Amino acid sequence: MSDDTKNTEWPLWEVFYQPKDGKPFEHAGSVHAPDAEMALQNARDTYARRNEGIALWIVPSDQIIASTPEDVGPFFDPANDKPYRHPQFYSVPRAVKKRK
Amino acid sequence: MDTQKQLDEFQQRIDNGEKIEPKDWMPERYRKQLIRIMSQHAHSEIVGMLPESNWITRAPSLKRKMVLLAKVQDEAGHGLYLYSGTETLGVERRELVEDYIYGNAKYSSIFNYPTLTYADICVIGWLVDGAAIVNQTMLAKSSYGPYARANIRICKEESFHKKQGYEMLAKMTSGTPEQKRMAQDAVNRWWWPTLMMFGPHDTDSPNSAELIKWGVKTKTNDELRQSFVDRMVMEAEAIDVTLPDPDMKYNEKTGHWEFGEIPWDEFWSVVKGDGPMNRERIKARRKAYEEGEWVREAAMQYARKKKLKEGKAS
Repeated sequence: MSDDTKNTEWPLWEVFYQPKDGKPFEHAGSVHAPDAEMALQNARDTYARRNEGIALWIVPSDQIIASTPEDVGPFFDPANDKPYRHPQFYSVPRAVKKRK
Repeated sequence: MDTQKQLDEFQQRIDNGEKIEPKDWMPERYRKQLIRIMSQHAHSEIVGMLPESNWITRAPSLKRKMVLLAKVQDEAGHGLYLYSGTETLGVERRELVEDYIYGNAKYSSIFNYPTLTYADICVIGWLVDGAAIVNQTMLAKSSYGPYARANIRICKEESFHKKQGYEMLAKMTSGTPEQKRMAQDAVNRWWWPTLMMFGPHDTDSPNSAELIKWGVKTKTNDELRQSFVDRMVMEAEAIDVTLPDPDMKYNEKTGHWEFGEIPWDEFWSVVKGDGPMNRERIKARRKAYEEGEWVREAAMQYARKKKLKEGKAS
């Protein structure tokens, strides 16, 4: 049975939605669809039946480039030795702090 | 092979309450167990559309028809969230679906019972979806990120399912004597199969300990079943239906409702394929899958040709 049906599996697309105006897009899940147009429609029916989003993005799943968990330490390492990027690194006179 | 060091580190992550994501290292057995329970969960949502869609054309009013249509569409959605989540473990959708249509993947035994009257639709919402909420609220905290997220989404929609059923049942139990009789009859038939939804007793559930150790589940079958019963006793009383269990009694000491022995012989026979609707359900699913084959193929060919044309035009 599976030999006949092998080639009819539609490609996989990742779905992102914008929950509200001004908010960043979030990952919702994935859908199968033969083309972009149907992927959008399937994404709407699957992930936005209750106004969960006001806009959708769909991306072919094999086009997503992701960092790998094994390399996560060294990959984000450059961020660790630069505490001066955070406001907590600096001290300002008390009076100024209070006025805010 | 999974090394002890990897296993220990993995267990440490689970114990710290971290979520496991698709690309993270995980024991082969964790992956296998997740594929098994997530796909069973997905199949259950899809097969669960059948007993309810049976009544769409005969809903008692336009309002109830719209509600039932929306609910059945939600069940399809739940199935899709879960298939999508399962696919992150490196299996294909087609494999999962065919394993259930032609293989021996299981789905919840509750859907192998028939829906004889519209009161069954009310009771499915109240009891079956009520039980599903108890289970899925726990699974929303599951250690596997995609499974937890799918369940969070499901839970948000499931409370509509339960509430519409409970509301309808309350209407029936305050209706004519005939409606009251129908409502009680449906409760009588669905009560025990609903309690079976939580699975065998902890002592007969070989997978439970491992699933709890790995944080896939956080409560045992019996714990979940008990919290469901405690809640349902209260809700049944409020709408004046009787739960068909003469042994039900309140235990002052534990603060829980004790209930009679579940008919496990029936449970196992339904699981093994001999329930009233097992054959019918699988037949319906095969028919839909096979008759949809040409549509899936045609859509694929259409997409391919459209792409070719676009390529030529530019």
